[in-house]
Order: sequence, then structure tokens, then C-alpha cells
Amino acid sequence: MYYRGMTNPDRKILILFAHPSLDRSEVNAELLRAASAVEGISIVDLYGEYPTYQIDIDREQQRLLEHDVVIFMFPLYWYSTPAILKEWQDLVLEYGFAYGADGTALNGKTLLCAITAGGPEEAYRAEGFNHFTLRELLRPIEQTAILCGMRFLAPFALFGSRTAVDGGRVGNHVAEWVNLLEALRDDRVDLAAAQDLSKLNAAGDESTGDKA
Amino acid sequence: VTDYLLHAMIYLGAATIAVPVARLLGLGSVLGYLIAGVIIGPLTGLVVDSETETLQHFAEFGVVMMLFLVGLELEPSVMWSMRRRLVGLGGMQVVLTVLAVAALALVAGVDWRIALAAGLILASSSTAIVLQTFDEKGLARTEGGRAGFSVLLFQDLAVIPIIALLPLLALPELVSTVGNGLDADQSLVADLPDWLYGLVLIGSIGIVVVGGHYLSGPIFRFVARSGLREAFTTTALALVVGIAALMGLVGLSPALGAFLAGMVLANSEFRHELEANIEPFKGLLLGLFFITVGAGIRFDLLREDLGLVLGLTLGIMLLKAAILFGLALVAKLRRSDGWLFTLSLAQAGEFGFVLLGYSQDNDVLDAGIARLLALVIALSMFLTPMLFIVFDKVIVPRYQARDDDREPDDVDDEGQVIIAGVGRFGQIVNRLLLANDVPTVVLDRFVGQVERMSQIQMKTYYGDASRPGLLQTAGIANASALVIAIDDYEGSVEMTKYVKHAYPEVFVLARAFDRGHQYLLREAGADYIVKETYYSALELGGETLKRLGLHPFVAQRRRAAFERVEECSGEKLYQAWLEREAEEGFGDNYVDLYMEVERVLDEAMKKNRDDSHDRAERGWTPPPKNYLDDFEGD
Repeated sequence: MYYRGMTNPDRKILILFAHPSLDRSEVNAELLRAASAVEGISIVDLYGEYPTYQIDIDREQQRLLEHDVVIFMFPLYWYSTPAILKEWQDLVLEYGFAYGADGTALNGKTLLCAITAGGPEEAYRAEGFNHFTLRELLRPIEQTAILCGMRFLAPFALFGSRTAVDGGRVGNHVAEWVNLLEALRDDRVDLAAAQDLSKLNAAGDESTGDKA
Repeated sequence: VTDYLLHAMIYLGAATIAVPVARLLGLGSVLGYLIAGVIIGPLTGLVVDSETETLQHFAEFGVVMMLFLVGLELEPSVMWSMRRRLVGLGGMQVVLTVLAVAALALVAGVDWRIALAAGLILASSSTAIVLQTFDEKGLARTEGGRAGFSVLLFQDLAVIPIIALLPLLALPELVSTVGNGLDADQSLVADLPDWLYGLVLIGSIGIVVVGGHYLSGPIFRFVARSGLREAFTTTALALVVGIAALMGLVGLSPALGAFLAGMVLANSEFRHELEANIEPFKGLLLGLFFITVGAGIRFDLLREDLGLVLGLTLGIMLLKAAILFGLALVAKLRRSDGWLFTLSLAQAGEFGFVLLGYSQDNDVLDAGIARLLALVIALSMFLTPMLFIVFDKVIVPRYQARDDDREPDDVDDEGQVIIAGVGRFGQIVNRLLLANDVPTVVLDRFVGQVERMSQIQMKTYYGDASRPGLLQTAGIANASALVIAIDDYEGSVEMTKYVKHAYPEVFVLARAFDRGHQYLLREAGADYIVKETYYSALELGGETLKRLGLHPFVAQRRRAAFERVEECSGEKLYQAWLEREAEEGFGDNYVDLYMEVERVLDEAMKKNRDDSHDRAERGWTPPPKNYLDDFEGD
């Protein structure tokens, strides 16, 4: 786990990063680099720490206990998380820890997804070729959060990620990402409001006329 | 005999004290040796001039060995790519310096023949000091260092025509004392006609190249098979001495011949072992050479003509530096590289001494001028380490800040991994690394193994990797990691200790034979240890579980759980082992603990519940059958 500076942030943020080919990444690598420069944030590279998928359940549960905000950070694979992040959910969110009568360890914490998606934003709606909005596709994770008693925020997403570098959209996205992390850390985000948005980032992507 | 021992003691003692002190003060070993020489020579008079001179001729052999080693590091292809720089920079340096020195001497009213001779004598720089210092300060691979080396090499080549030229400058009034440059009974070629002499020269070089290429392998293999370390050292020495002798006989520079031989052997699998064997001799002889230079400084002459000698020395150095600076500009050596080139080569060198003696024999110079020039050469060599200090303290910091902004250069040797032992274990490691373009240096001390490897085109060097010298020549100082896979229980522990002590930043990955070996390696400081049987046994055990009917994924989980328990208890067992007092083996406490671990393991494996979390099944355990009751409130 990587942690930089700051002894007592208002909210402790844990980023669970899942990208199986970081060396080819154009956007997530930049986001990761930017996040590691923000003080007071813990970052776990899941593929880096568990290259054989042998996730250490105790260690991961301990990490969850020590943080207030959990961020799943990943490129969207088949409308879901890369395999290791699903493995992580299957193993770490145990009965009696995350859910069930005595499973209250995560109550009151916050969960959100930071996603890069290949398709353009127009594709993620009923008329688009992906037919569902990103929020709809993330319902399994949202319900997981609800069952664990966690607050699930709208995703922080970049659409059309394969053309983001050529389109010059990465810099702006990274800046927004850093802003979001700092605001979450310093408790400046209206969490209740953030639950109901379609996504957390202002607009910006290649899509036009998006509302906040 | 006592007399010899006494003298040896004086030299060794002086070096023992002066060199470490000089290094400690950041002055470099060369200056340490020079100062040691001044102390035992002119200052205290412990050694006298005549023996210094004899010793100096002997010690010059260190230069021959150094060039042999330089040749070993330089593959012919690299040399070929340097050819323009060699001839261009080197040629210009020699010609311009000779002309400039001669012109100035002419202006000062010196006879033209003496002026030209002085130019020829002062044109070369000190290969010994410069290369030794480059090596010590890690400058050999910089642009400036490479350019400097090209010039030094050209100067070595230039000595041959210069020796031919000098007798033509003989002064008529000195000729009465008959002298012939090449001592008749030590030269095979003194009386040969020119065309025959040419053939002999070509033949000798042919012997070195062809012999080095085709004969050296079988001979070294034969010697190495004997398993006697001394035998290999003897052979290596015989090789260098033999080549030097051959070159001397036909009137070529021994240093040049040794360099050529080194280059021929640069691709040999014995390269690192040769280096490790010759290196200590080179170090000793060069040190001795520097001491004799220091001891040979004639303070009485210096006092007599203080102004003249100092003026001449500084003048010559300034002149050489100016020419070098100009060449650096032409060759586009930028920033600190240009300065390194300028400052490092600004002295006169040991070839100057040789040429001085030769000039006197050939009646070119009289004794007075020769003594004066010898003093100038020695002083300029003495001042060279100071110039390196100026480079370190003034030039480098000036460019440091600006260089930091640049993208880092690709360093040739970065990321290199040394693999010690290329038996059944090391081989696999090496293949995996090579397949991923990781440059490796592979060492093995069994000649048969080295041969087998070369049959399958896996470059392997012969040598006993548990010797620090060999690890050094294999480049441990610049390596990122060392893989220890040698078939030697104690040897691998010793190697770990040495490397972690001398190069703590090198990551040591070791193969252990068993648990005891694993602990010994860990105690010695190895960063990563794997028991050679562990993973293959686990693999086989897991496969056995599958054959017995366990679902493959369940077998896999059991195996992972086993590993986890092992890992957790490993630390405790190691601590218990550390407390084993003086007992042989593992100690009673350890045995108890080991039994305890076996029990824990047993329990972890036996548990087979579906309503609580055991280690093997955890995470894949479904919630209890009645768990939906929890959600009834919703």
C-alpha cells in the first residue's frame, strides 16, 4: 500500500486500483500518478499486490476498517470491474464482516467508482449501442454498497477513453480527479447530493451539453 | 634477502599509509602513491635514485597489464566504432602538441633538433594515471572518458614511429659515444632489412590475434579443468608476459600488444576469470610505478631551478590543455565532458621517461636537458590528480544543476543481473531473464558446464563466483541484482555475506538447499530466498490431491492455505533458530516449535466446515443457511 504525507485528514480515502496492464494504460496511469501525489490518500494496486489472485482477506478487511471512503478505480471491462476486483469483493466482503447480523464493519462508510470507459457517453443510454447508462450498469456494486450499509456515490467517469489522449481530454480529467480527491478528503463534498448525480465530474468529456 | 624484504617493506608501508589517507581526503589513490613516493624518496631518503629507476622499469609492466585489461573490456566492434575519434582526435593531439612545443622551444632559442625531440617526448599523456583515475571515479564510460581513451591509445601507437624518428635527430657533437637504440642482443630485428622487418611485425601481430583467438580457448580449458586456481593465474600471467616479451623482441610497444591480445579475448568465456587474475598484479605494479615517479622527483634540481622547472611544467600543461580544449570543441564534447577531456590529458606521461632514456642513448639530448625534462614530466604527473580534483569540485557541480534537467542517459550496464551458477537451477532463471531482454552475466566454475552452455548459445563465463575479484570484474558494482544458484552450501552463504557487505544496494536472490541453508542465507543478508525443492514439491503434492479426487480448485486452495501457514510460521521458526545458542543443528526450542507448526497446519487442513471460516476454505464459504433471516426487517 502506498501512502503520502498528512497525519490526520478529515476523511481517510482508500483507492483500490485494478488494472491488469498498467504498462499500456493511457488514462488510468495518469490518474494513478496524480492520486499518489495527493496527500493523505492510501492507494492499493491490487494486481501489483496479488499477482496470483491470492488476496489476503485479513489485510484487506483491516484496510477497510482504517478508512472512511473507498474508491474502486478501474477501466470498465464488459460493463463491470476487472476480475481481481470482483475476486476482492467475493473474498473480502464476508458474511459477518460486511453483511449479515453482525456484519456492520462498513456501516456509514462511502463507496464510489472511478471509471474509464471506451465507449462515448452517447452510447451509454437506452438509444445508444450500450443500451444502459453507466449508473444502471453499476447497479450490482450499488446494491453491494447498500447491503454493506455504505453510501454509494455517482461514478467519476471518463468516456471515450481510447481517444482521450488524442482529443486532449486527459489533462482536464486529471485536474478534476485531484479536485475530487481533495474535496472528499477535506470533507467538502455534499455526499447526499453526490449520491443522486449521473456522474461526479462536471462535464468536460467529448460529450456535449452534459449537466453537472 | 633481508635487504630486499626491507625495501619491499618501505614501499608497501608507505603505500599502506598514504593511499587510504589520500582516498579519505578525496584525493584519489594516484596522488596517494605519488606522495608516498615523495616521502620515501626525496624527503626522507629511504630509497635512492638508482634503485628507483630500476624499479620503475619493472613497474612499467603494470601499464602493459592495464592495457590488457582495457582490451578485455573492449570488443573489436566497439573499437572499430571508435576509429574516427582515435585517428582524428589522437592524431591531431599528437601532431599539434609536438609542433606547438617545438615552435615555442625554437622561439626560446633552442636547437631545432632538441626542440622537436622535446615535443615528441612531451606529447604523450600518462595512460597509467588517467585510466586508473577514470576507473576509480567511474568516468571511463562518459563521453569525455571515451574520447580521452582514444587519444591515449593513439599515443601508444604513435610511440612506434617516434622511436624510429628520434635517432634521426641526433646531434653531431654527441654522436661520439656510439649507441644503438635497440639493444642488439635483445632485439631480433635490429639488423634486418626493412621489408623483412615489416613481415616480422605483421607476423607477430598475426601470432597474437590468431593464437589468442584459436589457441587460448583449448589451453585455458585444459588448465581450468585441473581445478587449481594458481594454475590459471600462472597461465594468465604467462600470456601477458609472453605477449609483452614478443612485442619487445620485434620492437613494438608491449602495451599495445597486450591491448590487442585483450581485445581478441574480449569475447572469450574466460574473460572475467582472466580479469580477476590479472587485476591484483596490475594494481600492485601500477601503485609501485606511481611511487617510483614520486620518489624520482629530484628536489635538489627543483631547488636549483625552481622558477624554470615550475614555469616549464605549468607552461607545458597549459599548452597541452589549450590544444585539448580546442579539440574538444571540434569534436563537440560538451559541458563537463569537454572539461574532463581537457584536464585529464594535460600532463606528460610515462612514455616520456622511456623516450628520454632512448634519446640520451641516441645522442639526441644531453644529460642536463634530459634531467630537466624528466623533472617536468614527473611534476606534471604529480599535478594531474589535482586537476581531477578541480574537475570534481568545480566543473562537475557547475554542470550538475543543468544536467539534472535533462532526461537521464541510457547507461549501458543498468539493470544487469549476475547469475552465479548455471546448473539446472540457474539455467531456468537465466532463460526467463534473457527472454525478457534483461542483460545477464552468467558465471560458472565448471568448465564442462560452460562448454555445454556455449553449445546451446548461452553465453557463460568461466570462473568461481565465490571469489570477490570475479564478481567485481563481472560488474557487481553496477548490477541491480545477483542470483546465487551455485552448487555450494557454504560458498553461497559466504558470497551473500560478502556482497551484502560490500554492495548493500545489490538485491541478492538466493537458492537454498534446505531449511537450515535458508536460515543461514537469511542471516547472511539475502533479500529473497527460495528453497529449491519447495515449489516443485507443492506442485506435485497439489497434483496428488487432484488425482485423489479433490476438485482442482479445492486442491489449489488447500495448497495456497498450506503456503500461507508456512509463511506465517516461517518468521517464528527463524527467530527460534536464531536463538539456537551454540548447539549444533536447530536447537530444542526450534524442534518444539516445528512440531507446533505441523500441528497448526494439520488443523488448518483438516477443518472442513461450512458454517465457520477456516483458512483453507475462507472466502468461498457460503453464508449460513438461515442468513436471510437477517434481512427480514427490510
